[in-house]
Amino acid sequence: MVLVFAESQKGNFKKTAFEAVTYGYKTAQVLGTECVALALGSANNAADLGLYGASKVLHVADAALDQFDGQVYAKVIAEVSQQVGAKVIVLSHTSTGKAIHGRLAARLDAGSVAGVNSIPTVDGGFKVKKGVFSGKAIAEYAINSDVKILSVMGNSLQPAIVGSPAAIEAANVAVPASRVKVKSVSRIEGIVPLPEAELVVSAGRGMKGPENWGIVEDLANTLGATTACSRPVADVHWRPHHEHVGQTGIAIRPNLYIAIGISGAIQHFAGVNNSKTIVVINKDPEAPFFKAADYGVVGDLFEVVPQLTEAVKKFKAAQG
Amino acid sequence: MKLLVCVSKTPDTTTKIVFNASKTELDANGVQYIMNPYDEWYALVRALELKEALGGTVTLINVGPADNDQVIRKGLAIGADDAVRIDLNPQSALSVAFQIAEYARQENYDIILLGKETIDYNGSEIGAMIAEYLDQPFISYASKLDTSDGKTASIQRDIEGGMEELEVDTPFVVSAAKGLAEQRIPNMKGIMMAKSKSLKVVAPAAFEDKAVTVQYTLPPAKSAVKMIAPDNMEELVKLLHEEAKVI
Ligand SMILES: Cc1cc2nc3c(=O)[nH]c(=O)nc-3n(C[C@H](O)[C@H](O)[C@H](O)COP(=O)(O)OP(=O)(O)OC[C@H]3O[C@@H](n4cnc5c(N)ncnc54)[C@H](O)[C@@H]3O)c2cc1C
Ligand SMILES: Nc1ncnc2c1ncn2[C@@H]1O[C@H](COP(=O)(O)O)[C@@H](O)[C@H]1O
Repeated sequence: MVLVFAESQKGNFKKTAFEAVTYGYKTAQVLGTECVALALGSANNAADLGLYGASKVLHVADAALDQFDGQVYAKVIAEVSQQVGAKVIVLSHTSTGKAIHGRLAARLDAGSVAGVNSIPTVDGGFKVKKGVFSGKAIAEYAINSDVKILSVMGNSLQPAIVGSPAAIEAANVAVPASRVKVKSVSRIEGIVPLPEAELVVSAGRGMKGPENWGIVEDLANTLGATTACSRPVADVHWRPHHEHVGQTGIAIRPNLYIAIGISGAIQHFAGVNNSKTIVVINKDPEAPFFKAADYGVVGDLFEVVPQLTEAVKKFKAAQG
Repeated sequence: MKLLVCVSKTPDTTTKIVFNASKTELDANGVQYIMNPYDEWYALVRALELKEALGGTVTLINVGPADNDQVIRKGLAIGADDAVRIDLNPQSALSVAFQIAEYARQENYDIILLGKETIDYNGSEIGAMIAEYLDQPFISYASKLDTSDGKTASIQRDIEGGMEELEVDTPFVVSAAKGLAEQRIPNMKGIMMAKSKSLKVVAPAAFEDKAVTVQYTLPPAKSAVKMIAPDNMEELVKLLHEEAKVI
């Protein structure tokens, strides 16, 4: 059986969880077994996990689980997986998933691969792939332990509706006390966080100064995109540090990445090379980013970006 | 405080990646290796700052072959007191964590620090594994870590689109993200002193790998860029909608 830990925020299951369940469902098909989802703490729309292929949802409702602690979560997930005899455990490759993934591997003496981006194959043993060396290569791993732990890279597959709402079944597990005291959790409300964003508008040093970001925000708002930036821009505090993408920032894989006034240094590219479509707007036709782009515009960003925003507005209006 | 910093060696991002004939290993010829930036810039420097404020020792640990000594010496030059290398060419994250945990178990460190991930494999696995082996809390992606008494630490950690603030008592394991400290460049004195610092080589404990690399492949080549005139953004929007199907 494939057990998927479905991550929720304040009890709401969103795209991250649906992706993980979709991955678990497809893996279960390859293995000829079923996919079961696991929900911990508050779970408002857990039945929806069935839509993406979970045959049922196991739920540990203990309110103590509303505070996240990787140590507690790993103990609970490990115990449930042993109760149901799970052979593959699937997590999301998010800050939450990463705090649990390694613990499960150590606890269950299980082989693990973190950040997988394709469904496992089983010809000649269990094998699975992920991107390595800043996207310059793909590594394939063989896992030979009885239990296997995988975490799924965000946006590496499209959640697909294949089933109907699932039945929710209580799982009986004692929740240990946490040794970590969470004081506060603050999330920027209203925008999709970068690692989950499908559309990203990003800008760099070509913007000349923080006072010019209005045109970037206009474009992002018009598209419904999340904003990002290059490292030097975050380093001089033109933009908040959580927007910094690249090797030392966050790695993202949106469907659309629009790079404005960014030269495309390898360390920047390392964080965005998995974007499905890349648009580069730069006044320098020799900017290295054009080599990696799908669409390129050579021009002054201060003229091009507002025109692009207008064109998107027109398009949206025509779409109704 | 007794502090342990896990350091790793990775190819520089600008390296051209070439594999051996059977595509099972990176061809080390012409690869420029560096200390993983998260380990060097943030984990190590924050450990040194804690030691400077509260007293104690900073030990480096690496699981790897003798080639790694160069990277370890750099950490000593930046200011660590001594280092341990577990003499094993590791095949999996779990084996690295197992070896570090076996060593750390006897030493009772107050805090074990790591980088948030290595920049070559981006696994972000090893910290949680060590913590589990040692039955300790693990805080990932710390961008702030303060302690006035060396016992209770307040930590800020990055989460998707936000921040979490928490408190935890030693001993614990923590991984470092950008913001935890400012990079330090080793000076001449540090480099000279590093030569006489202890770098102990330890034999690995028995461990069986459960996940191993079978093969590397190169991603499919990208098709050539399509250029669009700067005064024709309608065309770009049309292509994004009809061709790329992303809007
Ligand atoms: C170890 C290491 C790690 C790093 N990690 C990261 C990382 O995670 N993320 C990251 O982004 N960088 C990282 N860097 C830095 C990276 O090497 C580059 O220096 C950085 O990405 C450059 O940022 P930029 O493209 O905004 O600025 P620049 O390279 O200065 O490029 C600005 C671009 O704007 C264009 N431009 C200027 N004016 C206009 C205009 N009016 N209209 C249109 N275009 C214009 C220019 O032609 C130029 O191409 C790292 C570097 C190192 C050494
Ligand atoms: N071979 C190694 N020896 C010691 N520490 C390591 C080794 N590999 C990784 N680490 C540490 O573990 C962190 C996370 O690595 P990873 O989980 O592989 O992404 C790194 O930033 C290092 O601090």
